[in-house]
Amino acid sequence: MTTTFQFWAENFPQMLAGLGVSVQLTLLSLLLGLPLGLLLALGVTAPPRPLRWLSIGLVETGRGAPALVILYVVYFGLPILHWTPEALVSAVIGLTFTTAAYTGEYIRGGLKAVSPGSIEAAHALAMPTTDVLRFIVIPQGMRVALPSLMGFAVQIFQATSLTYSITVSELTAQAYGISSMTFRSLEIFGLAGLMYAAITVPSSWLTSRVERRLSLRH
Amino acid sequence: MQGLNAILLAIPYTFLVTAGAFALGFVLAIPLVFARRTRITPIRVTAQFVIDLARGIPPIVWLLFIFFGLPAMHVLLDPLTAAIIGLGIVSSAYLAEIFRGGLLAVHRGQFEASAALGLGGWTTFTRIISPQALQSMLPGLTTYFIGLLKDSSIASVIGVTEMVYAATSYARISPDGIYMFFVAAAVYIAISVPLGLAARGMENRMNRAAA
Repeated sequence: MTTTFQFWAENFPQMLAGLGVSVQLTLLSLLLGLPLGLLLALGVTAPPRPLRWLSIGLVETGRGAPALVILYVVYFGLPILHWTPEALVSAVIGLTFTTAAYTGEYIRGGLKAVSPGSIEAAHALAMPTTDVLRFIVIPQGMRVALPSLMGFAVQIFQATSLTYSITVSELTAQAYGISSMTFRSLEIFGLAGLMYAAITVPSSWLTSRVERRLSLRH
Repeated sequence: MQGLNAILLAIPYTFLVTAGAFALGFVLAIPLVFARRTRITPIRVTAQFVIDLARGIPPIVWLLFIFFGLPAMHVLLDPLTAAIIGLGIVSSAYLAEIFRGGLLAVHRGQFEASAALGLGGWTTFTRIISPQALQSMLPGLTTYFIGLLKDSSIASVIGVTEMVYAATSYARISPDGIYMFFVAAAVYIAISVPLGLAARGMENRMNRAAA
């Protein structure tokens, strides 16, 4: 039997490939989910009632149901609609929905913090509503929302581990595969945990630094 | 119909995992937050590191590590216990941060006044500081409890027979299994949305009282 470090070294390439998939999933979910989150944030505060209710419904469903349940609904649900994509595609769809719902709520909070005075000033200058949103509300609101959005990015990176249960070969799935081949579960899940922490811990530090900076400026 | 019954019967397990992990996390968070606030640097840094690690590793990895890994050290746990311990560890880190915020919200004068009155450390903490801190932490604690309720679904991967486990087992054998996930989702939403509204209400009331 090899030592723990030899065992880790042997399996590191496979684990690293898994981590690569986890990071890819995170980036795709944020890339697709953040714009949708912005739309939802605008939708929740939009005057037309049907649009507002639809947005609130989507946000509350996405935040109220566990990300794992949403993944299962997509994974088992799409084949009923006669589309059976790869597990990775189902994972991206599910995590994107979760991302959109959560970030929608954070962005809404950020937009609400924009001072009414600057919006009134923009209107007084006869700016069209779309320009007010684009140049006044969204840039200021996004800055307020930035720390929560960064915190959420760390959360969604952790949530990619859930996709192991719908057979995506990300980091947790690689660890599980190795553990069932070698029966050295303690060591391999330990390594998986450290690899996740190697990304999440520094990211959290960065987030709290950004938070402190932004709050100093206000 | 059979699937629906299975899900409804699994609800108590969802609550058991959530409440167990919350209670364990609560108890573990108390020494953690004291260690985090101490003036002794090595202890403070270690506590911060423990908190970062507990929060930085996904709950699913904690559960797999405890359930499949610990038997190598001759610690055999049933799925329910393993799930409660795993989610309890994660909770302890988040709750310690909530406690820290709550303690910071108590005005320094309260500590000073207690000292001036000659109250001991224990009396100061249990009679003066905790009640005030707890009040300001209530919204945060409620929000965390809702998050934990949803995270309890992760216990299904190590075989705890809670709602999602019931739904997945049914979905694997039945073509209409997907609907059971809608039922499970509906139950989570039915519990978490009112709790969330209550938390928001508490927060608004406190903001108004403070203003």
